[in-house]
Amino acid sequence: MAITKADVVETICVTNGFPKKQSIEALETLLEIIKQTLESGEDVLVSGFGKFCVKHKKKRKGRNPATGEDMMLRSRKVVTFRCSNKLKNKINTK
Amino acid sequence: MNKLELISALKAEANISKFEAAKVVQIFFDSMADAMAKGERVEIRGLCSFFVKKYKSYTGRNPKSGEKVIIKPKKLPFFKSGKELKERVDH
Repeated sequence: MAITKADVVETICVTNGFPKKQSIEALETLLEIIKQTLESGEDVLVSGFGKFCVKHKKKRKGRNPATGEDMMLRSRKVVTFRCSNKLKNKINTK
Repeated sequence: MNKLELISALKAEANISKFEAAKVVQIFFDSMADAMAKGERVEIRGLCSFFVKKYKSYTGRNPKSGEKVIIKPKKLPFFKSGKELKERVDH
């Protein structure tokens, strides 16, 4: 089973003693802050977890794999994630 | 933006104490890290999803010296940007 927002909200309720509504609000506000930061082109660095970076990709020639048609992919911005060493070690210890 | 700045921004916008904001931020990232440590998937709608990819052991080479090295099997988190985030970043 995948971890979702609902699981995080549940933990916030228990740990912070917040009512459910406030826990949802707090989490949504946090997510919105992260999204806004990335939207403005700024990276989000979370020590112990990793770094969310905004990467500029140049335009390049691509091909539609279904039709084989040549096409130009415009320059775009994507979010990448760099895992911290701490997280990597945590995932690799059993 | 780093973790401390995230906490301050959350404190101001959600009208909660700094202590509570720090807890929310910590819980959010810890929950995701714990899930991945167990090999579980993480799915945060609108932001991102993570899954753990397993890599088998292989013989690599030190690119500097050309020496052969055996890379042990490892697991790495794989990040996928959410639809909303993807669209908002690339406007």
